[in-house]
Amino acid sequence: MALLSFLFNTKPKSASAAKERLQIIIARERNGRSGPDFLPALHKELIAVISKYTKVNADDIKISLDRQGNLEVLDVNVVLPDAISGQ
Amino acid sequence: MAKVIVVTSGKGGVGKTTSSASFASGLALRGHKTAVVDFDVGLRNLDLIMGCERRVVYDLINVINKEATLNQALIKDKHCDNLFVLPASQTRDKDALSEEGVERVLGDLAKMDFEYIICDSPAGIEHGAIMALTFADEAIVVTNPEVSSVRDSDRILGIIQAKSRRALNGEEPVKEHLLITRYVPKRVEAGEMLSYSDVQEILRIPLIGIIPESESVLHASNQGNPAIHIEGSEVSEAYKDLVARFLGEEVAMRFTNYEKPGLFQRIFKGK
Repeated sequence: MALLSFLFNTKPKSASAAKERLQIIIARERNGRSGPDFLPALHKELIAVISKYTKVNADDIKISLDRQGNLEVLDVNVVLPDAISGQ
Repeated sequence: MAKVIVVTSGKGGVGKTTSSASFASGLALRGHKTAVVDFDVGLRNLDLIMGCERRVVYDLINVINKEATLNQALIKDKHCDNLFVLPASQTRDKDALSEEGVERVLGDLAKMDFEYIICDSPAGIEHGAIMALTFADEAIVVTNPEVSSVRDSDRILGIIQAKSRRALNGEEPVKEHLLITRYVPKRVEAGEMLSYSDVQEILRIPLIGIIPESESVLHASNQGNPAIHIEGSEVSEAYKDLVARFLGEEVAMRFTNYEKPGLFQRIFKGK
């Protein structure tokens, strides 16, 4: 095998892997950057308020900011536990 | 009007100080009165790269604290009469770098008829790096063709777009340039290294230069001569091209292709 790779000079072509990984991580980091600064704090406080009145998991509260044309839409999605919705 | 240019990167060890020294020297060689300011408070090294470490008496922090005048602190370069170095403080805390102080010093340099003021940023994204880019008109982002350097460059670009004075005042944004250093065409062609077009595609800012990896850089820093002065070297040529492009000339990129050494070269050069 070593002889084969010596003959055909097959070195790993890792540059394409680097490019792919960078494109993904940088796109993700740029998304996080474009939102307003208060978003993480707002997220935390919303979780605190909602969990004060209901027993929800922090994971069940999803907050996202979308852009539709000139409008920014703050989307807060809370999945209430069954016990409460059944009351 | 003086132009303030920050040389920055986020990541350390990619060639910020080497590039600041050669870029500033190149502007001076082209006849422009230039100052190069070391913002790396606590870890100054620009003085060593410029070869003026034994002439440092006062530094940037002394000038900010009004313990010395700019004229006392500026060190005239040994190669160029129109190039001056303002060293960083070795002993002080980096918090001594106040925003008002930096603004005043840059303003005073402009009043002294400097055409270009090069700010050599420290690595990282903390106070010193932020101060170096705050008042910039243009930014040279030094990047190695390597994942962590590219990511950090993107990070620092985000900071320039958010925290620079131009961004905060809603003025025309800081003009960004990509400078790729330590480039090895042979490894790029073998698929082992990100190509300059890959890096540019990811960072999406205009490319202003490519500096090939070279032994000359170490020779230059050993002797305290900016690499641009090593006549005949690829690095020197590449930095001169960078300066020409910065001054608005159209110069094609060089040192981006690997030429296989011929049989004779291989036998006689011993490489």
